[in-house]
Amino acid sequence: MAAPQQAQSEIRYLNPLSVDVKKKKYCRFKKLGIKYVDYKDPEFLKKFLNEQGKILPRRLTGTSQKFQKKVAQAVKRARHLALLPFVTDNMTR
Amino acid sequence: MNNYETVFIATPVLSDAQAKEVLGKFQGVITENGGQIDSVEDWGLKKLEYPIQKKSTGFYYLVEFSGQGDIIAPLETQFRRDERILRFLTFRKDKDAQEYSVRRRNKLAGKVNEPAKTEEPAVEPVKEQEAE
Repeated sequence: MAAPQQAQSEIRYLNPLSVDVKKKKYCRFKKLGIKYVDYKDPEFLKKFLNEQGKILPRRLTGTSQKFQKKVAQAVKRARHLALLPFVTDNMTR
Repeated sequence: MNNYETVFIATPVLSDAQAKEVLGKFQGVITENGGQIDSVEDWGLKKLEYPIQKKSTGFYYLVEFSGQGDIIAPLETQFRRDERILRFLTFRKDKDAQEYSVRRRNKLAGKVNEPAKTEEPAVEPVKEQEAE
């Protein structure tokens, strides 16, 4: 019983543990104290879109529920006013 | 009393004077219906991200106003009837949005004054060098 345990511990030392130091996601609105998401600023809203112009999910951006709703609203307003595209292939960031 | 904000896009076919006239018309519609205009912003001729009515540019105007809720219906019917309007967006601003737009307005007003202030000191050192 002792031998495999030892081997395991040796292997552990030989192969350095791939520790993924995950950067904790945070809601940038809460952190910066932004209360209102402006639809008039398409450059800022592009941070929440992928290359196709789709809204990124909360699990990727780390935005809180409260502000994700506001971001979505702002993006939709910007799209209506042709400040952001509905569909595109290569979004310039 | 509510605070509203409306953005509309006028066709690029118009001359600058005609575009101003369109803006004047809708300012008139707001005031006639008992609204009070807080600010007007002219974004000028901007490129659209996608074509609307086969146009790829448009004159953008932002009008902030306050008044009762019954202004909106006549304003929007006017927008719909006017062929010069490509798009419009009107919405009521909540407390945070109102705070934001007041700050934005002050910032824009400040920016207009800032360049004049920064230019003055920049000129002076040049004069001193010449004197030396």
